[in-house]
Amino acid sequence: MNTLSQILVLAISAIFIQNFVLSRFLGLCPYLGVSTKMDSAFGMGMAVIFVMTMASAFCSLIYKYLLVPYNLTYLSTLAFILTIAALVQFVEMFILKNAPSLYKALGVYLPLITTNCAVLGVAILNITPLPDGSTYNFLFATLNGFFSGVGFTFVLLVMAAIRERLALVDLPKSMHGFAHGMILAGTMALAFSGFVGLKI
Amino acid sequence: MNLSLLLPILAPSLASDIGVPVLIIGAMGLAFGLLLAFASKVFAVNRDPRVEEIISVLPGANCGGCGKAGCAGYAEAIVLQGAPVNLCTPGGPKVAQEIAKIMGTEAEAVVKKIAVIHCSTGGKDNTKWKYDYRGIETCLSAVNIAGGPNSCSWGCVGFNDCLNACKFDAISVDESGMRIIDIEKCTGCAACVKACPRKLIDLISIQQNVFIKCSSKDKGPLARQVCGTNQPCIGCGICVKKCPQQAITMANNLASIDYSKCTDCGVCAAVCPTNAILDTLRGTRKKSEIDAELCDGCHICVPVCAVGAIKGEENQKHNIDQDKCIGCGVCITVCPKNAIKTKE
Repeated sequence: MNTLSQILVLAISAIFIQNFVLSRFLGLCPYLGVSTKMDSAFGMGMAVIFVMTMASAFCSLIYKYLLVPYNLTYLSTLAFILTIAALVQFVEMFILKNAPSLYKALGVYLPLITTNCAVLGVAILNITPLPDGSTYNFLFATLNGFFSGVGFTFVLLVMAAIRERLALVDLPKSMHGFAHGMILAGTMALAFSGFVGLKI
Repeated sequence: MNLSLLLPILAPSLASDIGVPVLIIGAMGLAFGLLLAFASKVFAVNRDPRVEEIISVLPGANCGGCGKAGCAGYAEAIVLQGAPVNLCTPGGPKVAQEIAKIMGTEAEAVVKKIAVIHCSTGGKDNTKWKYDYRGIETCLSAVNIAGGPNSCSWGCVGFNDCLNACKFDAISVDESGMRIIDIEKCTGCAACVKACPRKLIDLISIQQNVFIKCSSKDKGPLARQVCGTNQPCIGCGICVKKCPQQAITMANNLASIDYSKCTDCGVCAAVCPTNAILDTLRGTRKKSEIDAELCDGCHICVPVCAVGAIKGEENQKHNIDQDKCIGCGVCITVCPKNAIKTKE
């Protein structure tokens, strides 16, 4: 396979087959919390794509040039948390100064994502050996982060759209809010499990 | 086993097993810490303390009635851009005075804002329908089904979400199903602005009389086809060209008026080919006339008249066609001889 088709496979796998929310069950907190309105879901999604891509790139570098040479791979979780937290803080300060309009769109969501398990998850998954024993290189790790973020945003938007439409449904009071969201999430996960059969 | 024998073997491995990770992770932490400390200095954004003070005074409803993105946006606009202190409708004069105190200026009276619906359709007789909607009777639900039951995907669907949201009985429905806003009862709370799923309602100062009664971003021919009253904004841009204050801008085939520039002259409503602009003072403005003794025929007033009411050859006396004049008063402001006056 050439690089382009490998990237396509990576994209389909990260967005549909190995979707972060619905098949890896990571990032469930924002998935249920920020999915009541399309606008905020979109903002959150964009912030997640941004942070996941950056975190994948930086953690991949840290892993390759700092952890592997000194046999410290068992400390990767610790090192990644440190890297992601510092990175998000730095990026927040940077865009507050240099791109105030971008900060207005993403600013509220950035601190929420600092400790999001999906972001740490993508960094850890990038260094986890694939079935054939290889790991992602820098380019593929970054792309994996990006496409995983896209997959997260995709299901977050679908969820928000469903919840917006179902806001008017006559439900028993006990089923409102979280209970209703859980049933929706389960149904969506069931639908997404169909993608597992996709052979690429 | 004698421990002292093991010590020389253990000690170097202990040092490397514990020391190296501690050193590396510690160094990482230190590096990130220094980076952030450095960044907080380099990227420091100097925030005026008055912004925080004003935010604490504002009601915090984030209604957007002031035209800014929430209370924080308004507070920033006051301090940095010198926005007027009296734009907060929910806060009223009290908040305006407190902000004025913080800013060290005098508070002007809060100009009351009222809701204006930017659509001329939505009634039984003046709406074109795509299909017969028989679901839950709310606009929010109706607009979700195949882009809404009305042909225009930007216009009013007429299920009165705004009316139901209004706590002050300021919105009523007439016999043809059109919503009427009672200027007296409207408090400018913006509940209807939020309730309208098509975002057709906007708060506009009660002193303004010219409104764009359309929100369609469709291209001209389509907008004409789907509009029930045949008064859509077709994005022709004539109003933009004719506005003497350059207060109108055109974006996505839709004109919008910047009310900070608008002088309520009514020129845009007079020139709009589809009558999409409503002028509540139309026909009641005092018309202009030229004092024949003072006029020296300089011809300056002729091109500025948006409706072409001024006639006359250069260096000859001019006169104003009273049937065409809309009383906008633009000619009065340009006449170098002060020869044009408002007719009593």
